[in-house]
Amino acid sequence: MSSSATLAIDAVDLDFGYRDRTVVRMEQCQVERGRSMAVIGPSGCGKTTFLHLLAGLIRPGSGTVRILGQDLAELSGAELDRFRGRNIGLVFQRFHLLPALNVRDNVLLAQRLSGVRVDAARVTTLLEQLDLGGLEHHKPSMLSQGQAQRVAIARALVHGPELIMADEPTSALDDRHAERALALLQESAQTVGAALLVVTHDQRVRGSLDSEFEMEVPA
Amino acid sequence: MTWLRLAIANLLLSPLTSAVNVLLMALGTASIVLLLLAGAQLSETMSRDARGIDLVLGATGSPIQLVLSAVYHADVPPGNIRLEEAERWAGDPRVETAIPLSLGDSYRGYRIVGTTADYAALYGAGLASGRFWNEALEAVAGSAVAQSAGLGIGSSFAGAHGLEEGGHSHESDPYRVVGVLEPTGTVVDRLILTSLESVWEIHAAESHSHDHGADDDHGHDHDAHEHDEHDQDHGHGDEHGHDHGADDDHGHDHDAHEHDEHDQDHRHGDEHGHDHGADDDHGHDQDAHEHDEHDQDRGHGDEHGHDHGADDDHGHDHDAHEHDEHGQEAHDHGEHDHDGGHDQADPDREITAMLLQFSSPMTAMTLPREVNAAGTLQAAAPAMEVSRVLQLVGIGLDGLSAFSWVLILTAALSVFAALYGSLRARRGDLAILRCLGATRWELLVALLLEGLLLSMFGVTLGFLVGHGAMELLGGWLESTRGVALTGWTWIPAETLLLFSLFAVGGIAAAIPAVQAYRTDVARTLAEG
Repeated sequence: MSSSATLAIDAVDLDFGYRDRTVVRMEQCQVERGRSMAVIGPSGCGKTTFLHLLAGLIRPGSGTVRILGQDLAELSGAELDRFRGRNIGLVFQRFHLLPALNVRDNVLLAQRLSGVRVDAARVTTLLEQLDLGGLEHHKPSMLSQGQAQRVAIARALVHGPELIMADEPTSALDDRHAERALALLQESAQTVGAALLVVTHDQRVRGSLDSEFEMEVPA
Repeated sequence: MTWLRLAIANLLLSPLTSAVNVLLMALGTASIVLLLLAGAQLSETMSRDARGIDLVLGATGSPIQLVLSAVYHADVPPGNIRLEEAERWAGDPRVETAIPLSLGDSYRGYRIVGTTADYAALYGAGLASGRFWNEALEAVAGSAVAQSAGLGIGSSFAGAHGLEEGGHSHESDPYRVVGVLEPTGTVVDRLILTSLESVWEIHAAESHSHDHGADDDHGHDHDAHEHDEHDQDHGHGDEHGHDHGADDDHGHDHDAHEHDEHDQDHRHGDEHGHDHGADDDHGHDQDAHEHDEHDQDRGHGDEHGHDHGADDDHGHDHDAHEHDEHGQEAHDHGEHDHDGGHDQADPDREITAMLLQFSSPMTAMTLPREVNAAGTLQAAAPAMEVSRVLQLVGIGLDGLSAFSWVLILTAALSVFAALYGSLRARRGDLAILRCLGATRWELLVALLLEGLLLSMFGVTLGFLVGHGAMELLGGWLESTRGVALTGWTWIPAETLLLFSLFAVGGIAAAIPAVQAYRTDVARTLAEG
C-alpha cells in the first residue's frame, strides 16, 4: 500500500446508505497521484454516489476518505467546499454550465471560486488548447454537445487541480466522440499532472486508463 | 464582485420577469415618494405662509374658511368686518403688529389685496424693483404674478371683480404697477398688493354705477320708510338699498333697530365696495343673519354683490327691491358716497380681515377667546386651523399611502415568486457552484443579492419617477392652484423609506436564499 502522501485517492472501508438500503460498500480504492483509473459498474451500483463521497459532497456512514493526503472527515462544511474547489476538478455527464454566463465567464468563475489567483491569460490559453478559442463569448445554450463538454473540462482544469473526477463523460456520445472525450480528459490531466478518476458504465472505456476498478451492485 | 456579476447575469437571463419586478417595485416606490413629498411640502408651505400670523380677525363663520381666505388666499372670505372694530383689537397692547387685508378683486386669477406695506414685510418680501404705493390705484406685484402675467413697472391692468378668473372687470379704474417684489416662496409671490384705499375706491365707484343701471320700478313704500330715517343721517343711497333688503326678510321692528345703527354707518360709500368681493360666493343665510344682527353694511354688500352678476338665484328678490330704491332715490347720494370713499381717514370702513401678531405667546391663550366672546368678529389662529386641515388631508394621504404599500407588497411577492420559481430550474447551477468551491453561505448571499438588486433598481427608478412626477405635478399645481411644490428636494422620511424598501427586497429573497443554502448538492447532481 502506498503512503497517503503519494495517493491522490485513498478510500478505505467505505459504507454509505439510506436507512435500510446500502448504496456503496467498498473495502479499498486507491489512485496514485498523476495516475488514471476507471471505475466501471452497471447502473445502480453506486458509482455516482461513490464519486460524491470522494468529492466530499456527501459524507460516508463509515470508513475514511483521504484525498491528496487530507482526511475529508477532518474538514468542516465550508472547509470541505474550499478544499474541493481548490484541489478537485469535476466533470459531470450533464455539464451544468451556468446558462447566465458566457463560456469565458463560466471558466473564470471556476477559477475564482477555487481560490487560486485569477489568471485571465491561463483561461485564454486553456480555451484555445481545447479548441474553444472563438467561442469565448458564446452562451452555453449556443454550444454543441461536444463544445459544451470541452467547456466543462476547461472549467474542471482551470485552477490546476491535482485530482480530476468525471462522471459518465462518454455515455451520451457516439464512439468517435467518446474516444476523443476520454483522450482529452487524459491529455488534460497529464498536462497539469493531475490524477484522473472516471466513473462510468460505458464498456468502451475499458483499456483506456491506467487501471480499472469494478463495482458491483451491493447486496 | 463575482457574486454581484453572477446575480446581474442571472437577472438578465430572464429579462422580462426582472423588468416586471423592477417596474412593480418602482410603481409602489414612486407612489409613496410622491405622497411623502407632497405631504411634507404642503405642510411646510402652509406653515411658512402662516409664519408670523398669530391670529386672524374676520367675519364670523368657519374659522378654517377665514384662515384659508386671509392667510393662504385659497378660499373666499366669510364676509367683511368693520375696520373700526378690527382696529379696536389691533390697538390692544397685547398685539404687536396688525395688518389689515381687503380682498375682492383679482387679475388673471391672482388676488388683489388691499393692505399695508407691513404685509410684504411679514413674508420678508423686499422690492425687487420699483417702490411701494403712494396713492390709490398703485400696485405692487408679487414675483410670480409679475412673471406669469407679464407685469412690470409701468404696466397697468384692470382688476376683475371676484376672486376667480372671469369676473366682470373694472376697466374704468386700472391699476398701475409701481413695484415688483422679490420671490419669497410664499403666498405673497402670487398676490398683487395695493393700498386699502385703492380697493375701497374701485368698489365705491363700481357699486354706484351698478345701482344706477339696474333700477327702474320699485317699491316706493320702502323708500319712504327708510328715507325718513336716513335723511337724518346724511341720507345715503346705498344704505337704503340695504334696509330694503333687510326689510324683505324681516319684520319692521328690525328695520327700526337697524336704522338706528345705520345712521352711523351711512356716511360710507366704501363699505359697499368691499362687500362685493366677499359676497359672491356666500350663502344668503349668513347675510340674512348678519342683517338681523348688526351690520347693515353687510347687507349692502350682499346686494351689490348680486348686482355684479356672480349670483342669480337668491339675490334677485333683493336686487329688485334694492335696485329700485337705489335707482330712484340714490343717484345723487351715490355721487356723494364717492367723495366719501376718497376720504382715507374715515374710521368706519370695511376690510376683509386683520392679521395680528402678538407681543407675547401667552396672548394666544386669552385674546382669541375675548374676540370671539365679543361676538361681532371671529378670531381664528392659523396654527390651529392648519393642523386641522392637515389632519384631514393626512387621512387622505394615509389611505393613499396604504394603497402604495399594497403595491410594494405585490412587488415583493412578485420578486419572491420569481426567485423561488427559478430556484427549481437552477438547483443544478447551485450544486455546481458548490462543486466549484462555493460555500452554502455564498449561495445564500447570491440569491439575496438578486432580490436586493431587483429592489434596488426598482426603488431607484421609483425615486426618480416619484421626484419627476412631483416636479411635473408641482408645475401644474403652481399654474392652476398657486401651490408651489417641487420634486427637486429630499426629505428625511425618504431616507428611511429607502432602507425599508431595500429590506423589503431582502425579505422577499430570504426564503429562496435559505432554500439555496440548503441545496443538497449530491442528490441534485445524482438526479441530474
